[in-house]
Amino acid sequence: MRKLDLELAVGLFVIAGIVCLGYLSIKLGKMEVFGGQGYEIRAIFSDSGGLRSGSSVQIAGVEVGRVKKITLADYQAEIVIQLSQDVEIQEDAIASIKTKGLIGEKYVEITPGGAEEIIPPGGKIRDTQPPVDFEELVSQYVFGKVK
Amino acid sequence: MGAFLIKGVFCALTPPLKFYRFLKQLGFIGFQSTLVILLTGAFTGMVMGLQGFYTLTRFASEAFLGPMVALALIRELGPVITALMVTGRAGSAVTAEIGIMRITEQIDALELMGLNPYRYLIVPNLLAALIALPLLTAIFDVIGIFGGYVVGVKLLGVGPGTYFGEMVNYVDMEDITGGLYKSISFGVIIAWVCCYKGFYTGFGAEGVSRATTQAVVLSSVLILVWDYFMTSALF
Repeated sequence: MRKLDLELAVGLFVIAGIVCLGYLSIKLGKMEVFGGQGYEIRAIFSDSGGLRSGSSVQIAGVEVGRVKKITLADYQAEIVIQLSQDVEIQEDAIASIKTKGLIGEKYVEITPGGAEEIIPPGGKIRDTQPPVDFEELVSQYVFGKVK
Repeated sequence: MGAFLIKGVFCALTPPLKFYRFLKQLGFIGFQSTLVILLTGAFTGMVMGLQGFYTLTRFASEAFLGPMVALALIRELGPVITALMVTGRAGSAVTAEIGIMRITEQIDALELMGLNPYRYLIVPNLLAALIALPLLTAIFDVIGIFGGYVVGVKLLGVGPGTYFGEMVNYVDMEDITGGLYKSISFGVIIAWVCCYKGFYTGFGAEGVSRATTQAVVLSSVLILVWDYFMTSALF
């Protein structure tokens, strides 16, 4: 009986610990448990400043995917976006890098287009907009170039 | 001390393993520490919520309470406070147990019977601490985050969506794995120092009491020093 109690207690403890660990890594660490549901598309930006893998991808403010990988391709930033299965992106959609608030973190906003064709898995978004360089904007304002 | 650890690790990697002893130590180091970890975790998180709120209000950025509490807990406070609590609660008892076995010549008796005292005493503690520490740290982190939630959201009026939403934005997988690596290394430190001090205790009741004190002090100091080096290497 004592032996059973001990085994039960240790088992409960290990399960509780693993549940907490799972909660941390899935909820906060954004770990993909079921191996990336959905599909990937690519987009090439002239500047990906501040974007990180794991940044969110939104359409109309709703999160539809995450940035999976950022690499350098021909001196431009190529980002791979993991989208959920039920989201379709039109051929002429525009991907732009935006900032949450003034100093918040960067995310990718996709503005839907009107074309009939849908970007297939592995396809590429052609129209992209690099992030607004805030410092440059300020300096342009200071030197009077912004109308 | 180094040779002691190497011999312990070598015995842990090679069979046979005293599985029931290991289970018993896991129950002792892990399960029985859960209550104290729950209490300290909850109050650490709550005090972080309170202090963080008053600091962040000065910069009008209460929205960052969630990430602040979560990052502080996951990266630093969780592993360190858990390790210190386990040292105080279980490490001291391990030293005293092994020390008394030494002075009452039970370890010599084990050797005479042909039982390897490393396999019987050191390995179960080492493995148990190695497994128990990360799990306890995870429990501590989760309870602390909810403690911060109770204070920040229920008492001080930060939005619940803001608290968790910003937290999810700012906490990365590297923070969590970094905290886990820390807690695993702290587990090794605790088992190593406490077993060593007990194994080579002085004579008599006084010797055991001195060994216990030394074990707790040395492993607490080592944990904090090692934490500095881990942080500078990991993040």
